[in-house]
Amino acid sequence: MSMTPTAHQMMLDQARWRWSESLFWLLSLGVLFAFPSKALLFSQIAIMGLFALSLDLILGYGGIVSLGHAAFFGVGAYAAGLMAKHGLGDPLLGLAVAAAVAACVGWLTSFLLLRGSDLTRLMVTLGIALMLFELANRMASITGGADGLQGMMVGPVLGLFSFDLFGKTAYLYALSVLFVLFLLARKIVHSTFGLSLRAVKGNALRAGAIGISASSRLVAIYTLSAAFAGIAGALSAQTTQLVSLDVLDFHRSADVMLVLVIGGVGWLYGGIIGAIMFTLMQDWLAGITPQYWEFWIGLVLVCLVLVGHDRIGAGVKSMVARISGKGSAA
Amino acid sequence: MLTILFDGIAYGMLLFVLACGLSVTMGLMNFINLSHGVFSMAGGYITAFLINRWGVPFLLCLPLAFLFSAALGMVLERTLYRRLYARSHLDQVLFTIGIVFMAVAAVDYVIGSQQQTVKLPDLLKGRVDILGGSIGLYRVFIIALCGCLAVTIQMLLVKTRFGSQLRAAVDDPRVARGMGINVNTVFAITFAVGSGLAGLGGALGTDILGMDPTFPIKFMIYFLIVVTVGGTSGITGAFFASLILGIADVGGKYYVPQIGAFIIYALMVVVLIIRPQGLFSRSRGK
Repeated sequence: MSMTPTAHQMMLDQARWRWSESLFWLLSLGVLFAFPSKALLFSQIAIMGLFALSLDLILGYGGIVSLGHAAFFGVGAYAAGLMAKHGLGDPLLGLAVAAAVAACVGWLTSFLLLRGSDLTRLMVTLGIALMLFELANRMASITGGADGLQGMMVGPVLGLFSFDLFGKTAYLYALSVLFVLFLLARKIVHSTFGLSLRAVKGNALRAGAIGISASSRLVAIYTLSAAFAGIAGALSAQTTQLVSLDVLDFHRSADVMLVLVIGGVGWLYGGIIGAIMFTLMQDWLAGITPQYWEFWIGLVLVCLVLVGHDRIGAGVKSMVARISGKGSAA
Repeated sequence: MLTILFDGIAYGMLLFVLACGLSVTMGLMNFINLSHGVFSMAGGYITAFLINRWGVPFLLCLPLAFLFSAALGMVLERTLYRRLYARSHLDQVLFTIGIVFMAVAAVDYVIGSQQQTVKLPDLLKGRVDILGGSIGLYRVFIIALCGCLAVTIQMLLVKTRFGSQLRAAVDDPRVARGMGINVNTVFAITFAVGSGLAGLGGALGTDILGMDPTFPIKFMIYFLIVVTVGGTSGITGAFFASLILGIADVGGKYYVPQIGAFIIYALMVVVLIIRPQGLFSRSRGK
């Protein structure tokens, strides 16, 4: 008996911080000094990583397949953008408001997800994203419509570091936000709440039988995920000083799904690693065929499924595990 | 008023023909297929191509569009989709979105992003007065044709041997196989017919819905609504869902253009709250 670890120990072991994780974050800081000219690309990766992380919370941990996660990204982006336009340019305040607004939308819409099957959820998530897109398009006097939101004035971060042209501040800012939220997400998925969520995803009926209410867990994680996505959107708005209808586009929802699937669903680094691979691929493909790169995105999706993304995700994970020595990270 | 109603019905009928194949594969077989619009697009484009390049008469194009899309569906089902029936919903979503993106980009690359137009035969161009409302002949034609199709499909499903085999295969593939039903063939034929109908719908709808490379993405939500709102009771649900959706969409866009586009989403939410399993659902949970 004493040789086999108890469930409690196993869970503690899973939640342990590994040195490879420290290395990962140090490296992600280090790349800025190694390739300072690529800072804008890096900040894109960090934002995409955060966005994918937020999707992972509902897809990987909650088991909800969403076709409209861009809704929250877009809501966050417009919230932060509008604030910056109307004189409230403090970035952190913008993030907080964006998170709050996106969380509200997430909370309100989460109740529609509790009903019905995967199919219904697809319809609802896609429908809500389309509805918000249409709304942003119609309210052109507020959102700028198809021209995008113009005239954003984003103040310096913490009143100290103003955004520069080369994206150095932008990257450090996005990376720190990503890091803080990552730690928060890590804490949450390893908490009892996170474990109960995994139980719900595994088998909602049995989870209910041992007294876990699936509905309240799903509402909570969906709201949290919406807030994270809203912050990602706000970061995007603040660092690029641009919000257009593109933030709510269907492509964004599909892209983020691809990002997460490349990196691996159901572990927190999946989104970030996927974002690195996706953005580099996008950068490279857009250089070759700027117009038709969505064809290649589609091809990647099809191949991923045919090969089996679980296998690829597991491959990435085991590679990380081998580097870090033992066990799977995060 | 009557004109709008008729337009709405025609629109709804079109949606039904477009989506009824999907309501069988997605609603009954529980295979999430977001790439259904690709087959409609194939039908629409082949029609436009045949008419504009070779001068094939419109009425002859319709069966050709059906056959072309059905063949395409058959080939893709045998080679690709078949592998995904047993996979997770996430896999199915990713795969079919991938197909959509590839199709959209490929059509854009090969043919271009402009709207396709078809020249309707003179026979279908005029307008007729029915009960004081003026209705385009083409709409009448669509309603009549799609109505006949709906009845035929329902009869096929309910009355024929193939229909029973299909329903058996959907309900429990293993037992159906045990009873000597070739489930794979049944699914392949169903998929092909569904794709063919989508193609036919695309051909008919080119004039009304518009046809450009983004068609599969634009109409994805309509298909999803028809299938989910229709429920999993077979095609009757999908039929009524299509009609409601068509009338609501056309009526909404005409009477309250400011919020017209939101009507269908509101409808979706309302139905979901009142009847989460769709308008018509079998008592058995799946």
